[in-house]
Amino acid sequence: MKQPDVLQQESPIGQSPPRKEGAAKVTGKAVYVDDLPVAGAIYGATVRSKVARGRLVGITYHPGVPWEDISVVTAADIPGKNTIALIEHDQPCLADQRINHPEEAVVLLAHPDREVVEKARRLVELHIDPLPPVFDLDESLDGDVRVWGKDNVIKAFSIDKGDVAQAFASAEVIVEGDYATGAQEQLYIEPQGMVALASPKHGITVWGSLQCPYYIHDALATLFGVAKERVRIIQCETGGGFGGKEEYPSMIAAHAALLAWKSRRPVKLIYDRHEDMLATTKRHPSRTRIRSAHDRDGKLLALDVDFRLDGGAYMTLSPVVLSRGGLHASGPYHCENIRVQARAAATNHPPHGAFRGFGAPQSVFAMERHLDKVAEQLGIEPVELRRRNFLQPGQKMATGQVLRDSIDLPQLLDRALTMSDYLRRREEFSRHNEEAAASGSSLRKGIGLASFMHGAGFTGSGERYLASIVAVDATPQGMVRIRASSTEIGQGKDTVFTQIAQDVLGLPSSMIEVIRPDTAEVPNSGPTVASRTVMVVGKLVQRACQELRRKLSEGGLLGESYTPTEFATACGIFHQMGGSLRVESQYQQPSGIEWDDKKYRGDAYATYAWAVYVAEVTVDLVTYETRVDRFWALQDAGRIIHPVLAAGQIEGGVAQGVGFALYEKVVWQSGRMQNAQMTNYIMPTSLDVPDIFVEFDDRATRTGADAPHGPRGAKGIGELPLDGSAPAVISAVHHATGLMISAIPMTPEDLLQALETAR
Amino acid sequence: MSHNLSEFVACSALTLPEALARLAESSDPERGPWRPLAGGTDVMVTMAAGTLPVGRYVDIWPLAELRGITVTDDSVEIGALTTYTELRAHPVITAEFPLLSLAARETGAIAIQNRGTIGGNIANASPAADTPPGLLAYDAELELASLSGTRVVPYARFHSKYKQMDRRPDELITKVRLRREPSPSPGQPIHYYRKVGTRAAQAISKVCFAGFARIDGQKLLTVRIGLGSVAPIPLRCVRTEAALLSGPLDEALIRRAEATLSYEIMPIDDVRSNLRYRRTVTLNLLREFLTRCQGR
Repeated sequence: MKQPDVLQQESPIGQSPPRKEGAAKVTGKAVYVDDLPVAGAIYGATVRSKVARGRLVGITYHPGVPWEDISVVTAADIPGKNTIALIEHDQPCLADQRINHPEEAVVLLAHPDREVVEKARRLVELHIDPLPPVFDLDESLDGDVRVWGKDNVIKAFSIDKGDVAQAFASAEVIVEGDYATGAQEQLYIEPQGMVALASPKHGITVWGSLQCPYYIHDALATLFGVAKERVRIIQCETGGGFGGKEEYPSMIAAHAALLAWKSRRPVKLIYDRHEDMLATTKRHPSRTRIRSAHDRDGKLLALDVDFRLDGGAYMTLSPVVLSRGGLHASGPYHCENIRVQARAAATNHPPHGAFRGFGAPQSVFAMERHLDKVAEQLGIEPVELRRRNFLQPGQKMATGQVLRDSIDLPQLLDRALTMSDYLRRREEFSRHNEEAAASGSSLRKGIGLASFMHGAGFTGSGERYLASIVAVDATPQGMVRIRASSTEIGQGKDTVFTQIAQDVLGLPSSMIEVIRPDTAEVPNSGPTVASRTVMVVGKLVQRACQELRRKLSEGGLLGESYTPTEFATACGIFHQMGGSLRVESQYQQPSGIEWDDKKYRGDAYATYAWAVYVAEVTVDLVTYETRVDRFWALQDAGRIIHPVLAAGQIEGGVAQGVGFALYEKVVWQSGRMQNAQMTNYIMPTSLDVPDIFVEFDDRATRTGADAPHGPRGAKGIGELPLDGSAPAVISAVHHATGLMISAIPMTPEDLLQALETAR
Repeated sequence: MSHNLSEFVACSALTLPEALARLAESSDPERGPWRPLAGGTDVMVTMAAGTLPVGRYVDIWPLAELRGITVTDDSVEIGALTTYTELRAHPVITAEFPLLSLAARETGAIAIQNRGTIGGNIANASPAADTPPGLLAYDAELELASLSGTRVVPYARFHSKYKQMDRRPDELITKVRLRREPSPSPGQPIHYYRKVGTRAAQAISKVCFAGFARIDGQKLLTVRIGLGSVAPIPLRCVRTEAALLSGPLDEALIRRAEATLSYEIMPIDDVRSNLRYRRTVTLNLLREFLTRCQGR
């Protein structure tokens, strides 16, 4: 489409242009990894352990397929180190002797015929002498079975503020509670898969569905023992990630590349939904014990949190998930005396991993349920209890971080109450429930809320260590190309980066190209995780574009304002003069941010998004089913770059949160998922998702009262909605039934049990 | 992908005699029976899961003889290849046999409803199927055909044990027959259907309750109850029905019916739910059905 050659007057920030990649997706032109035409490709399959723990003593290849035509890879074939390099090198790429979890990969097979390779997979018998496994988180920490390291503790830390013991000793009111959350499958729409080409001569190239190209880059260089320049990772169109394609793709890429290396042929390794659900990572199950001390008015005097995660069989990202969980455990509340003790324990479940929210949904659920319990015990309205304890700017958070955001939490709460007509509904539902109980009617209504925050960007010094880089260049024709390893996974990164570039350069969208991540073409702008893409990487895009503009105007080629044609002409002249129009910007920590990794003291996150969510439910006492009728999501996530995409993030996150709260239950047996099909793992459908009313309160950024770190004052948003949805829903169930539900998912079966226990 | 397509044998039949001739070859002990393949909505799922038995399949989807719904003065005959979409939309079914259109509406996704058939649903013999409870509540009959002729079986006697039924390998279910209630009939008709499947759509039921009754004042004149997912087969609850016909529909009778039903069902713990939940909810649904019969 030809754009008129005029000055771009209006800032694209706050507009909602169509997605850059949207047309290709809806017309079926987008190429996902399984769509890649690969000449001469052979198909891979993975032979996995059915046993949770044991010693591998032998492998039998039973007759029935032409084994001489099948490429077979075991741990012995690995050229470099047998590990999936991440934080530590504890997880093997292929199990050698030790089996640590069901679905652990042991043998890889490939053949040109998908059916032959599938038949062959069933003809491989693994001989494993079983060892005693441990599946329960607390048994792992307290029992005798050692499955990881010297004590099964993958990571432990504590946050200490004030004097907790003394505060408890003198407190008038002490409330205790235990809370639990379950595993949850990410259920991206596209199952995982990779295509690999690999040989000692040509190096290793992998195409796939992924979030973090440079994680795979590192993992393959270690696995093959080659220089990083010999490895190239290219992202295909990716159908969702939600964290599920953060670390696990390194495993599939490694497997595909090993098969390609051995067979000297291109290898396609694509999981079907069943294998994807069985073998890939899920949200860490959690248990949290909270003790809190209060005065009679509910003021929080001391908070003692014991936060435990089930990490599964290997470390993967558990230390970081644990960090984020622990750092969000005290919520948006002020307390002088806080102790958070956090531990991630190893079990013989398949490793748990990254999932949107990354530990925070677990600890926020516990804290928000606990506050409802405190409110009930003290006879204070839950809303009022929260209001009395909100953090205020200038106060110190759990790590001693001084709150610099100009957030006004009581005001945010008031807006949420108004938008949801909370007080009227609460009163009306209470009355309805009394009448229903008297008349024997089966429907109960409830309304509940949660207030919470989510730290944007990597935890602590993470961003400083990552030192992300974004490059921007311009062609002689004036086409601006943004180069970053941040991936488009359906969230709209390409569109938003384009808006940020347009905002600086004053160019139409058609003159901005966002280069598809390919480690040969883009610098490392870090992983696409942690609600960091817009705020942290978007800022780098902004700075690089500013640098590009400065370069052109310093050369006298561009004035204060210019048309797209004048920009293109300037680029052409610059190139003719032999100049390079490539600029880079690298992350620099804003001044005044300090973090101590050992003591967990300091600025845990550069800034936070803040929110109050309200849920309305109907509980049916005939079937014990809970339906979420309406949902109000109000947040301050700084300046919103693209309101439609941002609202989509919130709506999707709420839907996932409703699933986390009420529907999605992984049924485990001996460490294996028993319901690894979408018929039996109950994800809410569009009929189960409530009407969701989304509002963004970005007045503080617009008025300049708040100056967060993202472009034009944007903060992170991707994970936020997962944190507060489940506690708001369960709080509403509490109102509807009077039951203090403290574990999720709360299925109808669980609600029946809770009702019977309460009787 | 966990199936191996080359191990399967399949053919298409274009006419009913052709299909029956194929099925008549089912006694070949070496090659095993021919299994009818209708809409394929269950076959595709088990095939993808690698649990579909390898063997011979005859595609009966093209058989025009088995399509469509025929209404006469005293009966409605539903061809075995009638889809859920057709059941949902048919005016006589919706008006007089609403339990079937409600069940069809709650089965799978729209694509499944376009393809899944009533005959296939019956022959798949899943205790969790959505339509059989309604068929039991309406006391439906099945017509089965083979090269040696046709016979009629009351649906309530069709399923015997888990996945076992009164169908020989050479027989094909051709029709489902429903008797229309004479008009006027005594008493007030009550149709009650509730599928409990945890989510609002695309669910496999944990409990499925279909009840039909005619009530005159305090007295039930007719009552039939069909249940899904609480026994190895779709269950017609004849003992509970007998208890309900034994006196005026009052609290004492409801209690007696609950006690009877509690013994008549055989729910289990499985990956979808548990025994206690299934039993409690079944009894709650019975009470809700009977409360509706009482006009409350």
